[in-house]
Amino acid sequence: MLSLFKIRVKNYSLNLQGEHELDINLINSIEALLFGAGRPIRLSEMKNILENNGIEANLSEIKKSLFSLEERYSNTAIEIQDVASGYRIQIKQEHSPCLSSLWDDKKPRISKALMETISIIAYKQPVTRGDIEDIRGVTVSTRSIRFLLERNWVKVSGYRDVPGRPALYVTTKDFLDDLNLKNISELPDLPEINETAENDIFSQAV
Amino acid sequence: MQYNNLAQLELPTVMGHQYEEMPDDLFIPPNALEICLETFSGPLDLLLYLIKKENINILDLDVSKITDQYLEYIELMDNLKFDLAADYLVMAATLAEIKSRLMLPVESFDEEEDDPRSALIKRLQEYQRFKNVSEKVALLPRIDRDFFAASAKLPTLDDQDNKIMITKEEIYSQINEVINRPNYKANHQIDFEELSTKERIQMILDILSRTNLISFSKTLVKPEGRKGVVVTLLASLELAKDGYVELIQNKSEELFIKSSRRA
Repeated sequence: MLSLFKIRVKNYSLNLQGEHELDINLINSIEALLFGAGRPIRLSEMKNILENNGIEANLSEIKKSLFSLEERYSNTAIEIQDVASGYRIQIKQEHSPCLSSLWDDKKPRISKALMETISIIAYKQPVTRGDIEDIRGVTVSTRSIRFLLERNWVKVSGYRDVPGRPALYVTTKDFLDDLNLKNISELPDLPEINETAENDIFSQAV
Repeated sequence: MQYNNLAQLELPTVMGHQYEEMPDDLFIPPNALEICLETFSGPLDLLLYLIKKENINILDLDVSKITDQYLEYIELMDNLKFDLAADYLVMAATLAEIKSRLMLPVESFDEEEDDPRSALIKRLQEYQRFKNVSEKVALLPRIDRDFFAASAKLPTLDDQDNKIMITKEEIYSQINEVINRPNYKANHQIDFEELSTKERIQMILDILSRTNLISFSKTLVKPEGRKGVVVTLLASLELAKDGYVELIQNKSEELFIKSSRRA
């Protein structure tokens, strides 16, 4: 009668088929961290917490565990997303309509003016308020900047060395997290200024 | 990721019929314009809209026409009592300046620097880039709107903000004030004024019945103080107004009350 040999090598168990299996305990612990964090969490942070709780794992193993979790989730309503601030468990977008019905829309709608402001900051950072006003042709209200700061979509990264020492604004990782992005380069491409009429949006107008 | 391409305008369809041009008999209720105007994020946005309406290339901008239309819109917004940002008026002035420059005779418009429109066109083009891209960014999946995080974490209750820091001294002073408050509620009466102009008039007339002329200062009663002077003066003026007395001042500016014939 054959017996299964299980050689424990760190967190791997080698069964007779020769497959490496990640320790279920490790995978579940990571799952627990992802759910419990309530925010994106980095590999390094997970490693620290696990170590503090007697679970040894290197970054590669943690990453593999995440892949394993993703497989586990493939037929469920949840998924793991890799965003700027780390990994986040979220609900697959196809279920969003149901969830919207669950809650009142708490997050306020962002106006066109505000979208233009944040876009200018995102694409031209770091910028001052004056830079934004030059492009938009309107004064940028204090309310707008405060809204973006409070929401932690922008932060002050320094000051420009000119009279008045105006603050320089940049976008934050939270901004990327909220848009499900990992990197600022993943934003849509900024169109070039066109000299020719063909590409001009207005020549296509009714 | 699928989202509507805002650059493509859909033809308006009414009862199955698609309209490529604005019908002549189209009725636009006055409120419709209100909603339209509220959506501009600034004067450049409005300008781009006007240019688009004219269906022209931004490089061939007809400033004169656009300026007229722009001013119409500004006036309309003003009439509808919209809070116009000063920036709209600045743009109106800019357009007017460009328009007037264009009316000056010039040799040629070959160089870009000579074209009074060029600075404005550059601004419009730069703004257009960001307007475009911001529309796309607005449509990107956004947390709590298009997707939601899954979490088993209990939400933290934000009650820290409500803590008010109070010192011992503040408590003492507050208690002090509350204790002393009853004193402020003591009843007080309003008395009739002791001196009345009517009485004073009578008094003056009495004096004048015995003598024709009396100096003002002699009619005063010292204990009455300033009030007395005022009342006496008022009385004298009343009598003078009605012609009962004459008010005379001599060289040394002393005031006399003299009875006149009517008395």
